[in-house]
Amino acid sequence: MSLDPSFVGRTYPPTAPYQVGREKIREFAAAIGATDPAHHDPAAARALGHPDVVAPPTFPVIVTMAASQQIVEDPALGVDYSRVVHGDQRFAYTRPVVAGDELVCVNTIEEVTNRGGHGFLTTRTDVSTVAGEPVVAVWSKIVVRGEA
Amino acid sequence: MELPTQTYRVTRADLVRYAGASGDFNPIHWSDRTATKVGLPGVIAHGMFTMALVGRAVTTWAGAPDAVVDLNVRFTRPVVVPDTDEGTEVTVSAVVKEFTEDGLTRLDITATCLGEKVLSQARALVRKPR
Repeated sequence: MSLDPSFVGRTYPPTAPYQVGREKIREFAAAIGATDPAHHDPAAARALGHPDVVAPPTFPVIVTMAASQQIVEDPALGVDYSRVVHGDQRFAYTRPVVAGDELVCVNTIEEVTNRGGHGFLTTRTDVSTVAGEPVVAVWSKIVVRGEA
Repeated sequence: MELPTQTYRVTRADLVRYAGASGDFNPIHWSDRTATKVGLPGVIAHGMFTMALVGRAVTTWAGAPDAVVDLNVRFTRPVVVPDTDEGTEVTVSAVVKEFTEDGLTRLDITATCLGEKVLSQARALVRKPR
C-alpha cells in the first residue's frame, strides 16, 4: 500500500507537554555511556550556564518518537509500522534540552514519496517549551518497505 | 584535519539498557527470533543508539557536552550485535570540513562496524566551548 502524497504540508495539533526530568537525562546519558558531569551533576551544568543537567544531543528522540505516534497511527495515512525502517535523522538546535524543560511537539509532514514499491515519509517536529521558546527542530525520514 | 577516532563497544546489555532509557522496545533490538523472522541476520542496534554514539564522539571532539548545534545522519547498514561478552564495536571518525563565518565548525563523520560504513551523510555543526 502506498502513502498518500496529499498529506504533505499537514500539521498536527501540539502534543501534551513532556516534562524533562533530571533522572531521565541521567538514565539516558548512562545508557549511551555519556559521562560528562554536565549530564549528571546540576552544579557542573550550572558552571556551563545551564539551569540544570544538560541532555545529550539525541535525547529529544524520546519526546519526538512518542509524538510521531500521531502520524504513524493516523489511519488515513496508512503506515504499516511493522514494515518501517529508519532512514535519516537530524536535530537542529536553538539551545540544548535541560532538566525542567516542558516540551511541546508540533509535527508536520514535509515529504511523502513512493518509489520502487517503498514509501518514504519525512516529518519535521518543532520542539518548543510550553512558553513558546523554540528548542530544537527534529527531522525524521522513515521507509515503509513494500511487500517483497 | 582529522579528529581522533572514537571506538565504542556495543553489547546486548547496552541495547537492553538503551531500550529502557529511550522507550524504544522494538523486539528486533533484543530478540533474535523476531530479528531473523523479518530477514535480519540477528539482533541489531537501534539506529538511534548508533547516532547517540556519534553524538558522544562529537561532544568529545568539541570538548563540551552542549556544543552540538546540528547533527544529521542517514542509516545505511544495520549494526548487528551478537549475543557474546564482546558484542561488536562501532568506530566513529571525522574530518573538519569548514569553520563557518558565525564561529561554528562543520564535521564530516564516518561510522563503521566490522570495517563497513553504517551511516552516510553524517554531519555535525558544533560551537566552540565557552
